[in-house]
Amino acid sequence: MKVDTSINGRAMTLECENGEFLAGALRRYGFLSVKEGCDTGSCGLCTIWLNGKPALSCCLLTARVEGQEITTIEGMQEEAEEFAHFMVAEGAEQCGFCSPGFAMTVLAMKRELTNPTDDEVKNYMAGNLCRCSGYVGQTRALMKYLEVHG
Amino acid sequence: MMNIEEYVRVSSCSEAYEILNSVNGSAILGGCGYLRMGNRAISKGIDLSLLGLNQIIETDSDIEIGAMTSLRDIETNPILKNNFNGSLCDCMENIVGIQLRSIVTIGGTVAGRYPFSDVLPVLMALGADVVLTGAGRVSLEDFMDGKHKSDVVEKIIIPKTSERVAYKSVRNSLVDYAILNCVIALSDGEYKVVVGARPQKAIRATKCEAFLKGKELTEEIAEEAAKIVADELSFGDNVRGSAEYRKAVCVTLIKRALVGGAE
Amino acid sequence: MRYIGKKIPKVDGIELVKGTPAYTSDFDTNNNSLIIKILRSPHPSAKIIDIDTTEAEAMGGVECVLTHKNVTDIKFTLAGQSYPEPSPYDRSLLSDTMRYVGDEVAVVAAVDEQTALKAIKTINVKYEILEPVLDLETAVDNSNLVHTQEPHVNFDIGCDHKRNIASTFYKENGDVEAELKKCDLIIERSYKTQAQAHAMMETYRATASIDVNGRLNIMSSTQIPFHVRRHLSRILGIPKSKIKIIKPRLGGGFGGKQTASVEMFPAMVTWLTKKPSKIVYTRQETFSCTTSRHAMKFTVRLGSDKQGNIKVVDISALSDTGAYGEHAATVFFVTGHKTLPLYGRANASRYHGYAVYTNKMPAGALRGYGATQGTFALESAMNELASEIGMDPAELRLKNIIRVGDSHPDLDGNILQSSALDRCIETGKEMIGWDEKYPAVFLSDSKVRGYGMAVTMQGSGIAGIDTATAVLKMNDDGFFTLIHSASDMGQGSDTALVQIAAEILDVDMDRVIVVSNDLDTVPYDPGAYASSGVYVTGNAVIEAAKEMKKQILETASRLLNVEEKELEYDGGNVSGADKSISLDELAQKLCSFEGKDQLIAKGTFGGDTSPPPFIAGFAEVEVDIGTGKCEVTDFVAVADCGTVINENLARIQLEGGIAMGIGLGLYEDVVYSKTGRMVTDSFMTYKIPSRMDIANIRTAFESSDEPTGPFGAKSIGEVVNNTPPPAIAHAVYNATGLWITDLPITPEKVLMGLISK
Ligand SMILES: Cc1cc2nc3c(=O)[nH]c(=O)nc-3n(C[C@H](O)[C@H](O)[C@H](O)COP(=O)(O)OP(=O)(O)OC[C@H]3O[C@@H](n4cnc5c(N)ncnc54)[C@H](O)[C@@H]3O)c2cc1C
Ligand code: FES
Ligand code: FES
Repeated sequence: MKVDTSINGRAMTLECENGEFLAGALRRYGFLSVKEGCDTGSCGLCTIWLNGKPALSCCLLTARVEGQEITTIEGMQEEAEEFAHFMVAEGAEQCGFCSPGFAMTVLAMKRELTNPTDDEVKNYMAGNLCRCSGYVGQTRALMKYLEVHG
Repeated sequence: MMNIEEYVRVSSCSEAYEILNSVNGSAILGGCGYLRMGNRAISKGIDLSLLGLNQIIETDSDIEIGAMTSLRDIETNPILKNNFNGSLCDCMENIVGIQLRSIVTIGGTVAGRYPFSDVLPVLMALGADVVLTGAGRVSLEDFMDGKHKSDVVEKIIIPKTSERVAYKSVRNSLVDYAILNCVIALSDGEYKVVVGARPQKAIRATKCEAFLKGKELTEEIAEEAAKIVADELSFGDNVRGSAEYRKAVCVTLIKRALVGGAE
Repeated sequence: MRYIGKKIPKVDGIELVKGTPAYTSDFDTNNNSLIIKILRSPHPSAKIIDIDTTEAEAMGGVECVLTHKNVTDIKFTLAGQSYPEPSPYDRSLLSDTMRYVGDEVAVVAAVDEQTALKAIKTINVKYEILEPVLDLETAVDNSNLVHTQEPHVNFDIGCDHKRNIASTFYKENGDVEAELKKCDLIIERSYKTQAQAHAMMETYRATASIDVNGRLNIMSSTQIPFHVRRHLSRILGIPKSKIKIIKPRLGGGFGGKQTASVEMFPAMVTWLTKKPSKIVYTRQETFSCTTSRHAMKFTVRLGSDKQGNIKVVDISALSDTGAYGEHAATVFFVTGHKTLPLYGRANASRYHGYAVYTNKMPAGALRGYGATQGTFALESAMNELASEIGMDPAELRLKNIIRVGDSHPDLDGNILQSSALDRCIETGKEMIGWDEKYPAVFLSDSKVRGYGMAVTMQGSGIAGIDTATAVLKMNDDGFFTLIHSASDMGQGSDTALVQIAAEILDVDMDRVIVVSNDLDTVPYDPGAYASSGVYVTGNAVIEAAKEMKKQILETASRLLNVEEKELEYDGGNVSGADKSISLDELAQKLCSFEGKDQLIAKGTFGGDTSPPPFIAGFAEVEVDIGTGKCEVTDFVAVADCGTVINENLARIQLEGGIAMGIGLGLYEDVVYSKTGRMVTDSFMTYKIPSRMDIANIRTAFESSDEPTGPFGAKSIGEVVNNTPPPAIAHAVYNATGLWITDLPITPEKVLMGLISK
């Protein structure tokens, strides 16, 4: 089927199988920042924005994004770089495989929550698994980022 | 990749109902969180997203939630935060993460009748009804019994009568499925007590409910009530915990739900 | 120092966060690749009597169907170890004998995934179902055998397939029984540690193609590119020169990718069909068809005098290596080798036992490599001993730990040359508030906070074996290329090695670029394992950089016509006798006709010793008495990794390793059903710690100066995993009075323990 959608602000028509999920389609179309780490919707690596809110692209049928707005980190390069500086300053990124999905959730949180408490941050970020970092460095980085840019 | 031969965006619930009951291997596509793991070949995928079933509406007596509403929309909805001690929002906190919750739907949750569900016990304790296209309005409790397999869930209706609601669960990792969850809700002076993830499906503890009728809640009464629940319900083993543990921890959770109230 | 000891951002950090393509699948743009899928055994033990693939082979789009009938039956090991590998050659590419649920039956390559999956379904297999060996404790001398044929071994590792034994080990230092007789106090305890999944975020994957030179190109997410090439050369029966390996960035490894689990499938398919192919493991295959940590069982005996002076450490162990023996002998050996020296002042010590075959998924390398398991047993026993004597467990450690200058037969190089473990303990105590809070603080009727501790050691590279080479090239503009193969999987070896090179060359770090991904150009390196990156390859880089400096001076002397001893190099210029040439000019001249001498320097290092890093770990665990749920509300880890080369890199190793250890302590568990099928084969059933589960992890470093290390550094990559399980168990004891001796410490074990107490 053909799905008319907007990706990173540009109108696009995605050709896909009826049952293809967005993560696969996005990678096929060259949005390689989108990573997949599980087959069950459990890891958060594939996080993109659906109409500005974090969503798992591995569980989202491509057919469902008809007329919706999709954002990947490819469309957020400047902001992502800004945040990345906080990550590397804290030494919070390791293998990096979880980083694009993590960063997308952080950038969404920055828009959605004002002055979040530690618990609110945890809750918002809980769906982004990371096996390398133990999370504490990521949390340091994102708290400092929010302080400056939040 | 899910195998969907034909994809239909239906224009009414009855169209969906029609297809569901006439086309072999057809399925309603909720958020697909669970559907995708079944590895099943779907002849006709029925998409309800054009029907505006993603609304949360408050009336004088009830709150209605459309079937396609995402768990995240429920969790962040001000009406639901202000009702039922926020229990319907709170019970979602441990379901993986907001990215999943913004995709999976309340319709899929109800239709799936998942025994591990954290949401269904809360809805049961709140005395929710399910509106089906074919069978009309039925109580969630009846629906949970497995009737109405080939029907379309349109919306959930929750009466606003519950005054005190408390939800408790215990988990290994905090984003794991619950080893056990419990909900108590007080409505018109009567308690509803529901236990889920036993690991069998959520069920009401009617003996305990009867015991609590008309009693002043004290620490002792709560303790006794909790023991009644543990005795009247059956528990089983799975990878997350044994029947013995579930029975033992049930006492703690019910007691805390009763006396800790909505803390 | 300009770079050493500083918080230096990772050289690739910014781009990784921005999602720049970096991993195997990101470069895997050959859109004609065949997709490989594997048919797997549903039985833990079975023999294929008949297999019919005709329908699959006839199917449109199917290019290749492999079974034991049409592939080589050469035996090999997939362990990522230097040749000759100390692992039994007990595998074949495809066999008629199924040794665990998930063992490979047939390989199908087709034009797309759906076709491959369809084809798989048409393959008809008749099995003779055999009685499996599923229990570690009854595996030895079981009448059912996992391997009926004797596997080849490169040297004696005590492999006895007729008894289901993959490896036997016995080592006694001093006379254990005689010393025990002299002890005032002996405790004997049993412990169990579970299998753990690596759960790296990027699943296993590899692609293959044939290049214009007729060579087999393999791109793989591997920690061990050189070992992969050697294994493939053996399996395919082609010379290594015919194989090119490319290793892009890894999305995590943790030792999992130290076993070559997947490369052989695309390699064989492509070599036979001459068409590009690829395999990407599902998460389920990653969990259930690769490797895990060895589950182990221990009996520990400690003997001491009344004052708590440890006289004897005696550990016997049983390790479950599953269906194949990759890393069986070495993990088993390391378990004792990296724990006994901790209390090296004891008069006698012993470590012995078996690694046994069972019909479960093979075990392999996982961060900590046996030391993690051994530390749980030994440190738990130490804590029990402390409580028995009535002594502060921190005191007991300080009294008995090995000190600089002490020797122990299990210490590589024999004598300990650096340690700050005593300072790690003191600092950790202070950070957690040990003196005020230990053993427990009661918060309410239902909440108690217990405090516990453990210490641990590991190694830095494998003594007498690990040998790495690094090459530095000065380019025409005076910047350098550092060529090495330490396999960065996120740990930041590229960054640390550039720091080391830049430090010695006295240039800005961005004047040193790294090449580490292409085996055709990089010098030999065993790979990213055994905590060897900074220590082994780092030392090689130092050699190479020193050599480069020497060459710079030599050539400058020639070009400037000034004697070398009059010249000085300051990173920017070489000057002396009123003459000066910038590095840029020098480089340009050397690359051109005028100089005719582009500078290339190499350094090689192999250590006679493997200096141990140490950690003291302290856990604050809040126990819910009503549910048994334990939450690690605070974990303090103080590490001695010698000189901290880069605090950013070291700290995240520490934080990440502690989190992984907390998972091992509390809920991570590879569980099999009664019929031998793995139950925990998804992130829904196998839980790694989430952000919600990790409260506070606080870290600190106590430096020591390791004379054999680069700038005094030791390793940090693995030692980080070991302290949480015993420290948590100890804290739970202090909160509840219950010793939990088998991991993980689930709410169920705690509550049921409390009820039956
Ligand atoms: C990794 C993971 C972890 C989870 N953990 C938890 C947890 O800890 N606690 C918890 O409570 N829940 C958990 N869930 C379940 C989740 O909350 C949803 O209940 C579940 O995903 C189903 O919702 P869905 O929208 O995805 O339904 P789908 O998967 O789309 O559908 C489920 C079933 O319902 C049918 N269906 C869908 N919509 C309708 C409708 N309107 N009418 C009739 N039939 C319909 C479908 O045909 C299908 O048979 C988890 C889910 C995942 C994927
Ligand atoms: S890939 Fe794991 S949640 Fe989407
Ligand atoms: S950095 Fe490797 S998974 Fe997060």
